[in-house]
Amino acid sequence: MSYLDYSLTEVLALLNQGKVTSEQLVNECFERIEETKDLNALNSTYYDEAIKRAREIDSARKQGDKLGILAGVPIVLKDNINYVGTKTTCASKFLENFVSPYTATCAQKLHDAGAVVIGKANMDEFAMGSSNENSAFGAVKNPVDPTRVPGGSSGGSACTVAAKQCFASLGTDTGGSIREPSSFCGVVGIKPTYGRVSRYGVVAFASSLDQVGAITRTVEDNALMLNVLAGRDEMDMTSADIEVPDYTANLNKGVKGLKIGVAKQFYSDELCDDVKNSLNKVLEWYKSEGAELVEIDLPSLDTALAVYYILSSAEAASNLARFDGVKYGRRAEEYSDVVDLYFKSRTQGFGKEVKRRIMLGNYVLSSGYYDAFYRKAKRVQKVIRNEFVSAFEKCDVLISPTTATPAFKLGEKSNDHVAMYLSDIFTVPVNIAGVPSLSVPCGTSSEGLPIGMQIIGKHFDEATLYQVANAYELAHKEGQ
Amino acid sequence: MSEYNTVIGLEVHSELNTKTKCFCGCKNEFGSNPNTHTCPVCTAMPGALPVLNRDAVERAILMGLAVGCRINNYSVFERKNYFYPDLSKAYQISQLEYPLCVGGGIEIEVDGKKKFIRLNRIHLEEDAGKLIHSNAGTLVDYNRGGVPLIEIVSEPDMSSAEEAVAYLQKLRSTLLYVGVSDCKMQEGSIRFDVNISVNKDGEPLGTRTELKNLNSFRAVLKAIKYEANRQIEELEAGRAIVQETRRWDDEKGRTYSMRSKEDSQDYRYFPDPDLIPLDVKPEYIDTIRARLPKLAPQRIEEYKSWGLTEQDAKLLTDEREYADFFEAVLKEFNEPKFVCNWITAEVFKKLNAIEDEEKKIPVNPSELASMLKLYKDGEINQAGARKIFDILWEKGGNPVQLVEELGLKQMNDTGALKEILQKIVADNPKAVKELQEGNEKTMAFFVGQAMRATQGKANPKMVADIVKELIK
Repeated sequence: MSYLDYSLTEVLALLNQGKVTSEQLVNECFERIEETKDLNALNSTYYDEAIKRAREIDSARKQGDKLGILAGVPIVLKDNINYVGTKTTCASKFLENFVSPYTATCAQKLHDAGAVVIGKANMDEFAMGSSNENSAFGAVKNPVDPTRVPGGSSGGSACTVAAKQCFASLGTDTGGSIREPSSFCGVVGIKPTYGRVSRYGVVAFASSLDQVGAITRTVEDNALMLNVLAGRDEMDMTSADIEVPDYTANLNKGVKGLKIGVAKQFYSDELCDDVKNSLNKVLEWYKSEGAELVEIDLPSLDTALAVYYILSSAEAASNLARFDGVKYGRRAEEYSDVVDLYFKSRTQGFGKEVKRRIMLGNYVLSSGYYDAFYRKAKRVQKVIRNEFVSAFEKCDVLISPTTATPAFKLGEKSNDHVAMYLSDIFTVPVNIAGVPSLSVPCGTSSEGLPIGMQIIGKHFDEATLYQVANAYELAHKEGQ
Repeated sequence: MSEYNTVIGLEVHSELNTKTKCFCGCKNEFGSNPNTHTCPVCTAMPGALPVLNRDAVERAILMGLAVGCRINNYSVFERKNYFYPDLSKAYQISQLEYPLCVGGGIEIEVDGKKKFIRLNRIHLEEDAGKLIHSNAGTLVDYNRGGVPLIEIVSEPDMSSAEEAVAYLQKLRSTLLYVGVSDCKMQEGSIRFDVNISVNKDGEPLGTRTELKNLNSFRAVLKAIKYEANRQIEELEAGRAIVQETRRWDDEKGRTYSMRSKEDSQDYRYFPDPDLIPLDVKPEYIDTIRARLPKLAPQRIEEYKSWGLTEQDAKLLTDEREYADFFEAVLKEFNEPKFVCNWITAEVFKKLNAIEDEEKKIPVNPSELASMLKLYKDGEINQAGARKIFDILWEKGGNPVQLVEELGLKQMNDTGALKEILQKIVADNPKAVKELQEGNEKTMAFFVGQAMRATQGKANPKMVADIVKELIK
């Protein structure tokens, strides 16, 4: 058995006991990266820097220095998170050679906790996509079945953890971009409450919906990561000044007496049989453990996808306007004047999906359409949010499938944008409401593909999500 | 063509003199080397986020309170989206639907007629950087990018170029009183845009044009007169006014079309999701109100209570700088009437000789206080006082030492003066006769002679007394 087969929590114990060194772990990770490079999970790696840092941590540990709680553990960042001196490409030709001049708060927190950043994960360009096929550097493959997509946009982040190239990764989730790939790859991924984790230094897609979260192989690992990531940041005015609990504290409390909400809108006809059966078993199991199943109505859920594409595209159009070829990133080689410089640099630098969203976003904000689209979408967002808040007066968590089907084939939905957008139908409402949600593996399909359930909680109640998820995971762990 | 009315509204942009920029910690400072006051936020690095500078909000509120605005408890920052190389994010953070301050106004006076000019709003926004055109091509300096600005928007309440300038002068004076902006036109820390239309009595408002590139009050005055005439001539010639932005060419003294409404941009404003709506509580506004400095009307009342005339009080409070200077001199020499007379006569005479529209008093107030004290005590006479004042204006100095160095000490020795005057009286029998016959003007001749004989040091009052005694 390789050290890579351990969870983050387990390997931390081994490090602290002196049974393994950080240097060994980094070396094993890079061997695995080499063996599995066809997955195309990573856009860049930093072997020399990682080894140097691992050695420093190993020697500090030997000397008995006080170390951070993730000291020596190799992790991967999504390629839209700034980490000073490294490339941050957002999987776009526009930022192909962009080197971060500063570090994002979330990356700094991991660094300060002693994590060893070994590379950056491939993704859909500027986090726009659900299959990781929109990367300028090629699609990522699903490690369970390389003919299938890993999901997106944090496809590389989910893939690298599932393929055991590292012990945890960071992703970003605007409409499901952590949870959908986590579900497709069979790992655990959280989209924290909006405002729980700082967005400073994370390249914005849709600022009012984006959240950073961890992808891990176990629920416990994920709770540990959130302990490091969560908290107010003076550099991000939208980060919440709300106390951060110990997310590992309730892990073993079980689910007896908890109320689990089941909204019929999440169990529509679109669900494939395998997913439906898995979820039914999940709900039965929780009931058998003493949880109470509560029927919930979320009547406006079907509007969330439309609201999402209006709001996220509007914000994206504005957020991506800074990529103009003037200051950094791609600049067209030949241009006649400054307008031509903008036009050519952006035409050459952005991929199709990004251009589609920019056009959509500018359309819904333009004079004469603003009220009909943007303003109305903001109003509907309030309605959806209120429906979730009311739901949580009747239950502690909601459980739904993360996606309607397991991972689909590479190329299967590439030309059907609506079908692609529908992959996020269960995850998007969570971002619209701003509530936290965790995707946890809950079985496999007849073809052996991972199926994930989504546990949705009250604002800032990530602790209960981990409690509910860990109970299931402990009971269904495959023997090691 | 006097049957036409001119309708003028003004937009004034004023940079706030905060220590740091509006949304990052970079220094807000004019004149540094290009791009030395920049960071990931104000250069729009991917992933950087704005953090609102509380001081900028408070300064905007202070100005709002000074001109009687209502301060909105809820206000929102929005993104104004457009591409331009000096705008690093390709959007400007500004306010549209929910500005920080609304309403209010200021009173102006033109040819003795008072008029109240209403304000529409004051909102907070950020400045853009600056393009530098050089041989190496066009370069961008982002030092100014993100500097806090307030935009003060008037209602179209002005009906002449003179009223517009009076409004601008009053607004600038108020900004300086409140102390929230340096208002340096040459550094661009205050800028004006004019909206202007003409119509006939009883007719609806005409189509307006917007004038840009107005860098001085003089330019505003000339541009409005030019543009009103141009519009009237167009209408008289049977042509319609095109709604457009026009650029003032100060050298040629005319306006040129920059862009018409058809090419105007759609700014796609929407609330900035990186900034939470501003929640300004009434108690918070009260604490800011308590910091509002004394403005001109309060100071006029105060000065009148010290024995100054209304006219003198108004002259001294015309600009905060004058009033502050006056009060600083009084701190060391508390003779309001005496100090006021010197400032309104001697200081203003020198200020009027300065061509620049932004005039500064270069004199150290405590040096002036020391000089005036010597003058009041009779240590120096008026000629000596003026001589020292010239030096204080040019380079400053210690008046007590200057009196010594320049030998300006007034001659107050009765015996010595009497000796000199006895000779002058003896030498000028004709003048003596005139004076004896009651021609008081002849006294000036004797004072002048005494001054000549003493190199200007004679105490003129004593000279007069002695002469009167000698010719009895």
